Amino acid sequence: MTSAPLKGSVLTEAGPLADGTGTAQSVRPSRPRRRGRSAPYWFLVPTLTLFAAFTVVPIGYAIWLSLHKVRVKGIGLGKGAREQVWNGLGNYTDVLKDSEFGHSILRAFGYGLIVIPTMLGLALLFALMLDTPKARSAPFARLMIFLPYAVPGIIAALMWGFLYLPDVSPFYYLLDKFGLPQPDLFDGGNLYLSFANIAVWGGTGFNMIVIYTALRAIPPDIYEAARIDGATDLGIALKIKIPIVMPSLVLTFFFSVIATLQVFTEPMALKPLTNGLPSSWSPLMAIYDKAFLQSDIYGASATAVVLALATFVLSFTLLRISDRYTREDRA
Amino acid sequence: MTPLTLTAGTTTKARRTAWVPTLVLILGALYCLIPIAWVVVAATKDRSELFSTFTFAPGGGFFQNLSDLTAYRDGIFWRWMANSAFYAGLGALLSAAVSAAGGYALGRYSFRGREAVFKMILAGVLVPSIVLAVPQYLLLSKLGMADSYGAMLLPSILSPYGVYLVRIYAAASVPAELMEAARMDGASEWRIFSRIAVPMMMPGLITVFLFQFVGIWNNFLLPYVMLADDEKFPITLGLYTLLAQGASQPALYTLVITGCLLAIVPLIGLFLVIQRFWSLDLMSGSVKA
Repeated sequence: MTSAPLKGSVLTEAGPLADGTGTAQSVRPSRPRRRGRSAPYWFLVPTLTLFAAFTVVPIGYAIWLSLHKVRVKGIGLGKGAREQVWNGLGNYTDVLKDSEFGHSILRAFGYGLIVIPTMLGLALLFALMLDTPKARSAPFARLMIFLPYAVPGIIAALMWGFLYLPDVSPFYYLLDKFGLPQPDLFDGGNLYLSFANIAVWGGTGFNMIVIYTALRAIPPDIYEAARIDGATDLGIALKIKIPIVMPSLVLTFFFSVIATLQVFTEPMALKPLTNGLPSSWSPLMAIYDKAFLQSDIYGASATAVVLALATFVLSFTLLRISDRYTREDRA
Repeated sequence: MTPLTLTAGTTTKARRTAWVPTLVLILGALYCLIPIAWVVVAATKDRSELFSTFTFAPGGGFFQNLSDLTAYRDGIFWRWMANSAFYAGLGALLSAAVSAAGGYALGRYSFRGREAVFKMILAGVLVPSIVLAVPQYLLLSKLGMADSYGAMLLPSILSPYGVYLVRIYAAASVPAELMEAARMDGASEWRIFSRIAVPMMMPGLITVFLFQFVGIWNNFLLPYVMLADDEKFPITLGLYTLLAQGASQPALYTLVITGCLLAIVPLIGLFLVIQRFWSLDLMSGSVKA
């Protein structure tokens, strides 16, 4: 018996039995089963405690805040001059009328439309290439393409930010040498591409590994059979591999959509390098802005709850669609 | 290419290198290396070289940059690095321990409410990080704990992904017969877990540790919301504030660039070392690997 937080609790259950040893067991053979019955709950105590403290309670508090507002008494000075009062759905109607937040959602969608197909397309392409037996340098490439995963998003964004700066960028150097036009990567539509590139760079490797793992689980005899039937490598990839890894693709798509709604790091990192990037560019930035820069935690909470609900609705819709898809596939 | 020669019916055609996949992979690797290679080269340049010489031409100022960075505000950079190591190291360790117990319970016992608990924890993945971070900050500041090491550490411990992965691992790698045999021998449930299950789940637990280590090390939003005192900043937030100041004074650019390089070295080194005995595939829950 070691001294871990779980010990005491489990011991009280196991204690008498340990003393009774073999005799107790032979008399009541059902005892060991019953003894283990509370164990899973004890093992779950740390998980559930943390889940309650850092997920359930904060969400509950955010919902509570979202239904309140501050009323200022008199001229608003002194203790008790500001009190929290019930505001019903007032904050929510404000959120829905808030065009800043609406725009931030639209920007996130626009950004996602670039990032998700590019990132997952590349991840699938690289995974298929890795799975080609005759490809050289596959282990090296696999590690290199995965490497950006080890780079913090903010640092990836800072590095790319420098590469976007005309004064230090090798790309501008080359464009200059060849006399080509030099686009402003921090301007208008290019900004979306600049952000998207950072996300694609950082996310492709991880998704590639997920898809590649699924590919390797396919038994090789399927390919043998297909080859005997005259299938080419390309045919095998399109007709066998992609359909089989579809569940992994759906999963990576699902998580990419959620991540897109939460884009925060890239625009935050490039903000100091650009002029005129609104501080509510993405939904998360809009919420941060409201909570801390405008000190409106009530409105910010309502906005956050709306975002969470939107994420849930979107997730369940996607899961429903993918469920139906895979079920039809099986039939 | 040895496995290929063993394949039955291999023709000379099959043994030839597939150039298209090879080329695609090399291009992909290059794309991923560009910013890293650039930051390595740029960190060697002094302030004037950074803006004057060709970007991929190395300069001679690396050690100067290093000592400038170390001297900057009495070595606060290294303090940020140490903070990150502390948050990520301790956080990931606790996370692996909590996930081990929780995932084991969900994977190896059947009890009432198991699926409900599992789904509830997994649903936690869907909650946008800021939806948690803002109320967490407000609640912790009521307890007088905002802007403390705990404020950054505690919310980082629970990992729904970790619990999920250990559940898969426990179900696949800890045989029920073995647990039953240990029970017959009179081992307590805790002893079965700590002496039998944990060693068997170790590859999964290492994966959870690494995943969470990277997650905490790379986290920007949580410290950005939680911390105000830059003595407690992790490296991500530290470098960000350095750049935010440096945007108006390009003299700080070399410091930020050198800092970026030093900040990515530990994690890249970690991956290069561990990939010898730990497979990337474990990350997606592949038990076979």
